[in-house]
Amino acid sequence: MAAAENEMMTGAEMVLRALADHGVKHVFGYPGGAVLPIYDEFFQQDKVKHILVRHEQGATHMAEGYARSTGKCGVALATSGPGATNCVTGLTDAMLDSIPMLLITGQVPTHLIGSDAFQECDTVGITRPCTKQNWLVKDVNDLSRILHEAFYVAMTGRPGPVVVDIPKDVQFATGKYVGPEGIIVKSYQPKTQPDDKAIAAAIALIAGAKKPLFYTGGGVINSGDKASTLLREFVALTGIPITSTLMGLGAYPASGPEWLGMLGMHGTYEANMAMHDCDVMINVGARFDDRITGRLDAFAPNSKKIHIDIDPSSINKVVRVAVPIIADVAAALEAMIALWKKNQNKLDQAALSAWKKQIASWQAVDCLKYRRNKDVIMPQYAVERLYELTKDMDTYITTEVGQHQMWAAQFYRFEKPNRWMTSGGLGTMGYGLPAAVGVQAAHPKSLVIDIAGDASVQMTMQEFSTAIQYKLPIKIFILNNQYMGMVRQWQQLLHGNRMSESYSEALPDFVKLAEAYGGVGFRCDKPDELDGMIKKMIASPHPVLFDCRVANLANCFPMIPSGKAHNEMLLGENVTDEQVGTAIDAKGKQLV
Amino acid sequence: MNTTAPQSAYFIDTQKQEINTHTLAVVAENQPGVLARIIGLFAGRGYNIDSLTVSETEHEKHVSRFTIVTSGTEKVVAQIKAQLDRMVLVHSVADLTVQGNFMARELAMVKVCGEGDKRVEALRLADAFRARVIDASTDSFVFELTGKPDKVDQFISLMVPLGLVEVARTGVAAISRGPEGMKG
Repeated sequence: MAAAENEMMTGAEMVLRALADHGVKHVFGYPGGAVLPIYDEFFQQDKVKHILVRHEQGATHMAEGYARSTGKCGVALATSGPGATNCVTGLTDAMLDSIPMLLITGQVPTHLIGSDAFQECDTVGITRPCTKQNWLVKDVNDLSRILHEAFYVAMTGRPGPVVVDIPKDVQFATGKYVGPEGIIVKSYQPKTQPDDKAIAAAIALIAGAKKPLFYTGGGVINSGDKASTLLREFVALTGIPITSTLMGLGAYPASGPEWLGMLGMHGTYEANMAMHDCDVMINVGARFDDRITGRLDAFAPNSKKIHIDIDPSSINKVVRVAVPIIADVAAALEAMIALWKKNQNKLDQAALSAWKKQIASWQAVDCLKYRRNKDVIMPQYAVERLYELTKDMDTYITTEVGQHQMWAAQFYRFEKPNRWMTSGGLGTMGYGLPAAVGVQAAHPKSLVIDIAGDASVQMTMQEFSTAIQYKLPIKIFILNNQYMGMVRQWQQLLHGNRMSESYSEALPDFVKLAEAYGGVGFRCDKPDELDGMIKKMIASPHPVLFDCRVANLANCFPMIPSGKAHNEMLLGENVTDEQVGTAIDAKGKQLV
Repeated sequence: MNTTAPQSAYFIDTQKQEINTHTLAVVAENQPGVLARIIGLFAGRGYNIDSLTVSETEHEKHVSRFTIVTSGTEKVVAQIKAQLDRMVLVHSVADLTVQGNFMARELAMVKVCGEGDKRVEALRLADAFRARVIDASTDSFVFELTGKPDKVDQFISLMVPLGLVEVARTGVAAISRGPEGMKG
């Protein structure tokens, strides 16, 4: 490694060298004129494996899935112009969900920049708002340092996507390679250790709580395994009930005694009611997203809030908190546990048991129950069965965006972190299939399932071909209701049941489609055949499209209608058509 | 519960809160794209820029200093500072308005065209404002004036009836009083 210091090589060689020095095993990319020198280097080495995608958006979601399931930085590669612009959705997705990703793009030669050359676009300009940082490399002698800085910026603090744009002449030029050791970004030193006073204030607040609640998010996952372990320890130590955002599922096990299920717009009744009524809220690595808070002026009105976040700009952005703790989640939890033990703190047990009794009464509502059907597969039933048949296996789940995503979050029960890959912040339909490819590349022996919808999956369906090429046996489990279900659900709630353009007409035959790609297709429309078919899917060594025909008009409940508070949920089984039609008032209709 | 309050899945702050002007000093790496990133932050998140000046202040370290005059509610200004501070290339952000006791100055060049009494009056006022004549012809002056923005505003408004033709202003540069320097 030390021999790398000051070695002379071309820019393209530096790219491959830097990737290898950072331990990158897989790059998801697509060639083109402005990255040919880098592709030539791929051809001449075997340390870094290149996975050829079918569309650059797919490469970015694969890198995201790879990153989310491993805790490492995902790497994507695209050419200039359309290659770069096709990556914008994936970059924005990674930005909103704080996923570490490096995108390397080719650029036209420096002397042509600004001349509207063939396949030229202002990549750093276009990607500026959707990256944590980006660089246009104009001198080959800056390239290795910038690549190391890019990894550092992507991985530290609040993780996020970065772009390094490399003109073709810089890829050909020869310069000095410097190794990754000792690279720092002077202006960027994120604070990871908590302030002692803040920890003391938080512990004092928790110790005096009568109705405390943990509200955890994706920050726990991003912080690493240690954060999840510490979270479990702290919950066990205090006996405080816990709920999580969509992004944080798996940090605390769904089988854990204090688990209330996911909260938010399609969260459980008990989680949302507990949020509304708690007196001390401990936000661990979540950001008070609007899908979580519902109506802000009625959000947890009687609570004092503690907020652990590594990003100071998340503090008091949406909700004012009593005790902000700016730190890495693991560092903050470690300090809190240590102080809790040192003080020999104990919650008021009478109050806690009254609080749990109250929660048990909400749990008794059984908010996720749905009407079973002997003839038609209910989508909830499909996810339940998928969970039961895969829970003891080494399973990773990705999703697209829509009703199926919420059913997956409600009915698939996660025991470990990094097992759940979904597009939360941006809500990108088409995320799940390529993300599954990325996850499978990182975990070739594991079972990787994309719980998909019939509409979403068609947005990036071409990446099924990538899975075939690299023998990545992903399972695409499509809850096919022939609708953009969530769009339709909102049209029913907001727009007088006028289902404008939300019917999936002319759906492909997914079984034939799978076969056309060279994969395996299954179709199931009978509840009593479902288990057998799911077992067949699991047993298949090939990529599978599973066309699971589910009840067409089922809707996703429980739900906090937009403009309403946590304690104004619509519950599933008993919702009448009239309630659906009047659930959202005129003001709520303006929202999304 | 207040039923007229915002009913929103998103944060829509319709409550009337006081909007204040803040002067921020931002020290950042002088690298390509830093200015674009800072301006993009304001544009993308809907913040106001009343004035922005920037120049490299330490050539060897390639460090630039921005003086940004912005306005918003306390919450919005706090967000602006936090969003600026978390940028990878930003070293530090200081809210001079909150720190108090700072000086803000602006330079203006003011072209005035006129004859006779108006010309004499323009020259007399310029003298009162300590503006310097940096160009003159038989029927015009260009004045150079340095001062607080309101002083510059006042001078310009006085020049309007006297034949104001053109104004160039630099925007505000600001610094705190006393021995303390800004970190970063």
